[in-house]
Amino acid sequence: MQIYLPIADLPVNVFLILGMGLAVGFISGMFGIGGGFLMTPLLIFLGVSPAVAVATVSSHIAASSCSGAISYWRRRTIDVPLAGLLLAGGIAGTASGVWLFTMLRSIGQLDITIGLSYVLLLGIVGGLMVIESLRAIVRARQGKPVELRRPGSHTWIHGLPFKLRFKRSRIYVSAVPVLAIGYIIGFVGAVMGIGGGFLLVPMLIYILRVPTVTVIGTSMVLTLVTMASATVLHAATNHLVDAVLALLLMVGGVVGAQFGARAGHRISGERLRLLLGLLVLAVGIRFGLDLTLPPANFFSLRPLEGG
Amino acid sequence: MIRPALLTLLAATVSMPAAAPPAAAERLVTSLSEHRVMVTSSFNGSEVVLFGGIERDAGGLPLRGNYDVAVTVVGPRQSIVTFRKERMLGIWVNYESRVFENAPSYLAVLTNRPLEAIAGTGTLRRLQLGLDNIALPQRIDSASADDIGNEAFRRAFLQLQDEHGLYRQESNGVTFLTPALFRASIALPAEVPTGTYEVEVTLFADGMMLARTPSALEIYKSGFEQFVSSTAQTHGVLYGLATAMMAILTGWFASVVFRRD
Repeated sequence: MQIYLPIADLPVNVFLILGMGLAVGFISGMFGIGGGFLMTPLLIFLGVSPAVAVATVSSHIAASSCSGAISYWRRRTIDVPLAGLLLAGGIAGTASGVWLFTMLRSIGQLDITIGLSYVLLLGIVGGLMVIESLRAIVRARQGKPVELRRPGSHTWIHGLPFKLRFKRSRIYVSAVPVLAIGYIIGFVGAVMGIGGGFLLVPMLIYILRVPTVTVIGTSMVLTLVTMASATVLHAATNHLVDAVLALLLMVGGVVGAQFGARAGHRISGERLRLLLGLLVLAVGIRFGLDLTLPPANFFSLRPLEGG
Repeated sequence: MIRPALLTLLAATVSMPAAAPPAAAERLVTSLSEHRVMVTSSFNGSEVVLFGGIERDAGGLPLRGNYDVAVTVVGPRQSIVTFRKERMLGIWVNYESRVFENAPSYLAVLTNRPLEAIAGTGTLRRLQLGLDNIALPQRIDSASADDIGNEAFRRAFLQLQDEHGLYRQESNGVTFLTPALFRASIALPAEVPTGTYEVEVTLFADGMMLARTPSALEIYKSGFEQFVSSTAQTHGVLYGLATAMMAILTGWFASVVFRRD
């Protein structure tokens, strides 16, 4: 069944879009990520213009992270003060990210920047996650106790001032790295057009030592707020949010996220991180191949904006 | 079987006969099956049929039998950038670009036989008839530009537009039903932009242009599609807030529906 998208200006298969929403929603619910780094390339592949894809995906991420956040809220696995502090940093980061985005677009180097950042970020983050989780799995196999928390292994980060206690996460850290992480996520998210959950989750785990229990729910709250505001901003400035496409993606996404969240609870933390690491790495490699392999067509067309 | 219907159609024709060039006495009468094509939520491309008749007004001379017809459909014009990738430090980047200024977003050239057989290159160039002859002014933004590059960009541009089904040249796109009656079907792919399309019918005989008739076709969005796209344009903030609310409600609704505990 075909439906015509009023903003993207092209017809799409309803079931294909619902299915894509479902699949990406499942992944996002399972890992506590937005899934933007998967959905945006998928939509571009379908023929949706990159600008419309980025703008519309933000509302899809808002919906699936909202449904996920509610179910984590019921399980009482959201650290509200931590999420609030991350958000404060995130807003500042988004503002500077949007500034860089506009600047890069005006000098015509946006595409290559986005491509390279995808390769670098996804490659490094995915690689690190795979190595770390494999180590943890091997340790568990050898019968050694899994060290979820390493009280002795405090780094310089824990020596910073303005310490705050986050009760639900049972951590006692400085506000500085929390704000900095929020800033980086907001900045990267605005430049690359992603929610940044796949970066936030490992940062919270490895830098702030937030336990796996609260990390996903907390990350979802941050994603929900940033993506909902990104939707409003994109709609207000570029008029590129396709509400029909967004609704189709959302319906599939929220259903998928529910099943994903349940599946995520059945898998051990290390396995979950290994799977997410492999997924992130795969997308990074895909972008890397796009940049390095000779393209099928050396030419490409794009309507001149504002003309 | 078809002819009575055609004649009725022609009798009720909408287009006015074109002012014939002084040398010829032929007149063209054309009619489109639809003048307005509506893009609805189930729009998946469309087809508009053009019917045309050739008349001789003065002197009552018999019609010649060797007419050729070319139908050109030009969509709303827009500037389109064409990028060429080049390898730099191991990665492929958009290196050079040309802006095709006010290029047709849609272009169809339908004829009853290959264009080269209908008229000479000079005539076709002058009339800008056919993909090879249409003027496509380019603007060069990058510093390292050359004329040979221009030709390569033009070829790539035409080829990419053809792949998207937006530019088409069909040498069997016009069918003569009788020596003086013809029909052409204009295929509009699903990706056609909305706006006004100029339809032009040109009549030839023995390589000479005899008459030219302009007409127009409008492609527009239906009520709901129009509402969504115009609201997005004029009330961006409200539209964004509504979409964000829709996202939150959808998420909340799903969590209620799927609640198990």
